[in-house]
Amino acid sequence: MDGIVQLQRQLVDYNASLFHEGFLDDQFNQLQQLQDESNPDFVVEVVTLFFEDADRLLNELTKALGQPSIDFKRLDAHVHQLKGSSSSIGAQRVHRVCISFRNSCEEQNVEGCLKNLQQVKHEYSLVKSKLETLFRMEQQVLAAGGSVSR
Amino acid sequence: MTAMGNNKISALIVDDDSIIRKIHKTMLERLFNMEARTAKDGKEAVDLCRSGAKFDVIFMDREMPIMDGVEATKELRAMGVKSMIVGISASASGEDFVAAGSNHCFEKPLDLAKVELVLGLHPNFST
Repeated sequence: MDGIVQLQRQLVDYNASLFHEGFLDDQFNQLQQLQDESNPDFVVEVVTLFFEDADRLLNELTKALGQPSIDFKRLDAHVHQLKGSSSSIGAQRVHRVCISFRNSCEEQNVEGCLKNLQQVKHEYSLVKSKLETLFRMEQQVLAAGGSVSR
Repeated sequence: MTAMGNNKISALIVDDDSIIRKIHKTMLERLFNMEARTAKDGKEAVDLCRSGAKFDVIFMDREMPIMDGVEATKELRAMGVKSMIVGISASASGEDFVAAGSNHCFEKPLDLAKVELVLGLHPNFST
């Protein structure tokens, strides 16, 4: 049983570190509260939707910023969507970059937009791998017969 | 307003963001024991109501493709829909939503506290 206890403690610590380091905010906590035995995959399902959305939008943004003449309105619409979905799951750092990205769009600042695109890609890949690690740890606890209830 | 023999509050969530639809539906069902359906734009909401679906409360996003929230609210009121309509807007100002016939307008995101507020404001929802 010691193994389970240790795994569970690691999971709790890792979960807390994601909040402390600002990757996630209270919105993610609220999602976790909505999950229980009757919908055990709720958070994974919502986050998977976020990954799909973000992958698509980052592709669109990269394409749009690679054009010789940039359509800032279109660019801004994509950033607006990414800002919304990152805020919905509580991906705080991605959300913050999106706010500054929208300002760059509004100022039609190409250099600023390119910089923000790199930042948002960086923050997204970080939070994505952190969340994947979190879910993997949850699976390990469950596989060992433990519980991930909060 | 609620159908006889079913004392659950019925809600419609109108939002083009699939993540929001999933989160809000789960929140309303699990935390407020409501019966929640979703529509992905204003037109879908209008079509649902036109085909006879009835809701106690409709949570309406503002910016959506095909038909936005303000337009959909006007259309629903013109059809005689009596549901409480709550506009959800990225900006704080909701005058156009209210002018279109919504009962209330909140700034994004819709959360627990706002849903509680809405329920408190509705005469039929007092628990």
